[in-house]
Amino acid sequence: MATVATDTPVSAPAPGPRRFSQQAVAPWLFLLPAFLFFAIYVLIPIGQSFYISTFNWNGLYSPEFAAVEGSDMTDQACRDLGNRASRTEGCAATGETFWTAEYVGLENYRNLWTDPFFWTSLKNNVIWLLLYFLAIPGGLMIALFLNQAVAGIRLYKSLFFFPFVLSQVVVGLVFSWFYLPNVGLLNVALGWFGIGSINVLGNNDLATYGIIAAGLWPQTAYCMILYLTGLNAVDPEQIEAARLDGAKGPKMLWYVVLPQLWPATFIAIVVTVIGALRSFDLITIMTNGGPGFYNTSVLAFYMYDVALSEFGFRMGYGSAIAVILFLIMMIYIAGFLWKMWRDERVG
Amino acid sequence: MFPRPIQAYSRPVQLTYQAILPAALILWLIPLLAVMWFSIKPGEDFTQGNYWGWPENGLAGFANYWLVFTGSDMPRYLWNSVVITVPTMFGAVALSCMTGFALGVYRFKGNLLIFFMFVAGNFVPFQILMVPVRDLTDQMGLYDTRLGLILFHIAFQTGFCTLFMRNFIRALPRELIEAARVEGVSEYRIFWYVVLPLMRPAIAALCVLIFTFIWNDFFWAVVLTQSPESQPVTAGITAFNSQFRAMYHLMSAGSIVAAIPPVAMFFLMQKHFIAGLTLGAVK
Repeated sequence: MATVATDTPVSAPAPGPRRFSQQAVAPWLFLLPAFLFFAIYVLIPIGQSFYISTFNWNGLYSPEFAAVEGSDMTDQACRDLGNRASRTEGCAATGETFWTAEYVGLENYRNLWTDPFFWTSLKNNVIWLLLYFLAIPGGLMIALFLNQAVAGIRLYKSLFFFPFVLSQVVVGLVFSWFYLPNVGLLNVALGWFGIGSINVLGNNDLATYGIIAAGLWPQTAYCMILYLTGLNAVDPEQIEAARLDGAKGPKMLWYVVLPQLWPATFIAIVVTVIGALRSFDLITIMTNGGPGFYNTSVLAFYMYDVALSEFGFRMGYGSAIAVILFLIMMIYIAGFLWKMWRDERVG
Repeated sequence: MFPRPIQAYSRPVQLTYQAILPAALILWLIPLLAVMWFSIKPGEDFTQGNYWGWPENGLAGFANYWLVFTGSDMPRYLWNSVVITVPTMFGAVALSCMTGFALGVYRFKGNLLIFFMFVAGNFVPFQILMVPVRDLTDQMGLYDTRLGLILFHIAFQTGFCTLFMRNFIRALPRELIEAARVEGVSEYRIFWYVVLPLMRPAIAALCVLIFTFIWNDFFWAVVLTQSPESQPVTAGITAFNSQFRAMYHLMSAGSIVAAIPPVAMFFLMQKHFIAGLTLGAVK
């Protein structure tokens, strides 16, 4: 930044052209450090993931071998030997390493098409996405319930919001214990009603729903706080006017309040979609993809599990899954940017 | 005000509302209350199957928490979390003060494009970055180090922070900056002496948010670290739980310990936290 901090005298304005060029250069200098970080860790990796998805790669680099001068071997022959080159006379390690990936074109994507676990994960992603939207009406209901001025209401609001502050890891643990067969609180409560114990997380049909319920807990809290803030800003005169016209209850909510809450609803939709598609922590903690093979897996989980699999890394295949997930997410990102762009032009 | 203030209703309705409030709260927090209950029970209760009842020999009190701190790697994980979270918080906020200033104050070609790039980057799924970032971190010799995590977190969080800062700076009165320019103040000084002091509320809000986000991060912690020397508490807790398998009193105490710093941060800085989260929820 030193270049920008020219010692322009505070009292005497610098001549026009120089001031002008400073204004032209300054934004770029202010952007530079963040842009470098962002390019190295976000922009370039996105491109690399697309590229890697057309390879088979185990995540490793191998030492490179070349022919020793004066031997019968050629550089190519040494390279072709792979690891055996270290035991072959006439070849020596160059000290460099090379990328071991093998180009396969679109084969990873073709394999995805016939991979049942990929489809299970995609199906679960859809279930997550649909059910996660319950957080929005749920949050609105709690917000309406809490939007009163009684003693201690601030503390109530904070305590209702507080699950959102917990890490998903803790939420996952808390709910796995809540669901424990026989002794977990859920099954104790079911026992009071004479219902036998259910092993939620061990049941093929229930496990995903059990995890989503856990995820809805903090997500609903988040939507609640958005709506509480929104309700604060609702125009009281409009409400009074509508009340004089005889509007009340659900009608008032639908026709007068909700339109004014649209900014809050929009943000709630954005964070809910992102939250649903990012679901990884809860699944890893609560079921690790099980029961069975990937029954509760989603794309985010399946990608991680494939790429860093215990049975050998499959970075190329994992990247292909990531690309699919990225493209799904891009639909929402594009929608969000489009709305922002529209707002910018108005504003 | 909507719904209609409870004071406008009859006395019985008011009393019912006052009674439902705590009941609803307890129901809402019950999974967490259960864990808190577990964490103060003595271990023998769980081996004898007394999961929920009052312990025969009295509560364990803080004994379980003491054991968490003295009998496991938990203090180390907590320290790693601090070492990862705090520099990330400063780094991301510092970088985004500059980007927010550049994008919020200057009009130049590509302004909106760069802004949208930061915003979009903030929303991408982590998985599209995972393989290259893990590889890059490894190549730099930073795999399984706290620095490796910090650098990535700073870069990624800059997206969200830029969105936040830029919109905040946009809402500041432009006359201030124009007036300073007329006075001949250099752009750097305008940033430092005019804009930065006005950004204090935004900086506070972002610090609290980033602290919570990074403390609670799990995905990158398992992708970029693997040993107790560098793992933060979210990742370390799985190792902790396998050390104390089925010892629910210790696992519960461990999870509560892991959750305390962001929770404390939230309750101490509530106003800033909520202001940050709900930015944009009101027009």
